[in-house]
Amino acid sequence: MTDAAKPALQPVSVLAPTKAPALGRWGWIILGAFAVYAATTMRWDWLLDYYPKLLWGLLATLLLLVVTTALGLAAAIPLGFVQVVGPRWLSVPARTFCSIIRGTPLLLQLWLLYYGLGSVFAANPEIRDSALWPLLRQAWPYAVIALTVSYAAYEGEVFRGAFAGVAKGQLEAAQSFGMSRWHIFRRIWLPQAFNRALPTLVGETILQLKATPLVATITVMDVYSVAAQVRQATYLTYEPLILISVIYVLFALLIQRAFAAFSTTRYMRSPR
Amino acid sequence: MSLSSDAVASPEALHVEGIRKSFGSHEVLKGIDLTALQGDVVAIIGGSGSGKSTFLRCLNFLEHPSAGTVRINGEDISLKPDGHGNLAPSSGAQIRRIRSRLAMVFQSFNLWTHMTLLENVIEAPVRVLGLERKEAVLQAEDLLNRVGLGHKIHEYPSFLSGGQQQRAAIARALAVNPYAMLFDEPTSALDPELVGEVLKVITALAEEGRTMVLVTHEMAFAREVASKVVFLHNGRIEEQGAPAELFGNPQSERLARFLGNFQ
Repeated sequence: MTDAAKPALQPVSVLAPTKAPALGRWGWIILGAFAVYAATTMRWDWLLDYYPKLLWGLLATLLLLVVTTALGLAAAIPLGFVQVVGPRWLSVPARTFCSIIRGTPLLLQLWLLYYGLGSVFAANPEIRDSALWPLLRQAWPYAVIALTVSYAAYEGEVFRGAFAGVAKGQLEAAQSFGMSRWHIFRRIWLPQAFNRALPTLVGETILQLKATPLVATITVMDVYSVAAQVRQATYLTYEPLILISVIYVLFALLIQRAFAAFSTTRYMRSPR
Repeated sequence: MSLSSDAVASPEALHVEGIRKSFGSHEVLKGIDLTALQGDVVAIIGGSGSGKSTFLRCLNFLEHPSAGTVRINGEDISLKPDGHGNLAPSSGAQIRRIRSRLAMVFQSFNLWTHMTLLENVIEAPVRVLGLERKEAVLQAEDLLNRVGLGHKIHEYPSFLSGGQQQRAAIARALAVNPYAMLFDEPTSALDPELVGEVLKVITALAEEGRTMVLVTHEMAFAREVASKVVFLHNGRIEEQGAPAELFGNPQSERLARFLGNFQ
């Protein structure tokens, strides 16, 4: 056997943030220095009045992110899968959906849903009288739908590639051992597709985070809209913007950490 | 292997009749009959494009034959037209049950890369055959030891050499206690120096009486381990028989010429 002669192969981690924070040591030093500068030379007294609102805004942003990525992912997996194996009556609509959503600005989708659909609903007495109206008259359901749909379309495309990229031989092997289609999907195809999609999903989820401030345009009180309020009330331009910038950076780091927990690069090795 | 004293003949592990397969207008298999008795090692040889692999894949319906019947361990696989001019198994439950005991070993190993060797080996026993996990793990450790990979059970396939991966794939196949094992050119994707270790494992299996159907290009190996050799040419069985006869005294000119390539 050739075991002894084989060089030891080390797994390569694509994500690796479990070892070092993605900002890096200098990143933190610069951020820290800036924080000291900002704390000593800028005005922060407004925080006393606004911190409860800011915390609620933070919560709203975080909830929007978590809920829409979770729902979006749940939709993206079948959207991608049917484009690879589905009959035409499923794959064509899925592809069309992904193309249209990816091809139009999120801001537009948000407004079409909220102002367009929202006003149609408002004009319809049956809907106004229905039990759903208390929900539909608010802004956040439209924000959740728009962000979910957008994430689903982008990630549907990612999953299409990921599913298509899983080696056919491995699926055949599964078939040859008498596994059912569902078994093959759940145990072989999906886990490998997910692992292939993972590095892309990290970046896409950070993009999703940075898309959330758009919901301020339809009156959802996320962390950005609180900062805008502060600006209008206090005439301070930079302080609130700097504060939420730092918050977004920290959220982005959090996303990287969260995905690293799913990291499955342990079984991959560098190409020879 | 033990046979009761009054048994006249070994039961058939595998019996196929009239297997045909066309891809479009191109007929790859033109009616093939084959019987493998319990403990038989059938080696299928032939040039590239002769239909060897296609035939093997028709046995467990990874490929749908255009015509023919397949009987595994005395049970006919029920078939129906698949709408593309071929025959598909008509009962999903039946074909899954039969496949689960007809283990296949592939040219490109096809281990599941997101699972360790141990996980690869216990997957089908636990989740298809319903074996207790503890029992499956013990069995898997034993099998991986037998193929010389006892020290690699928690390793992922991509960290292993081709020979090691193929030996692990053989352990995975053995784990379902197969009626018959199907080998599809098991050494063709290996570096020359790794071929021997895989052939050694397959030889050991032949010696313990495993029923096997092997598609191979390793003539010396086929001659050594096979109980029966089948030479395919242009989708037909050109010649078949005991290895000593077939290799020592080929009847057809085509077989003689084919074997000449390996001198």
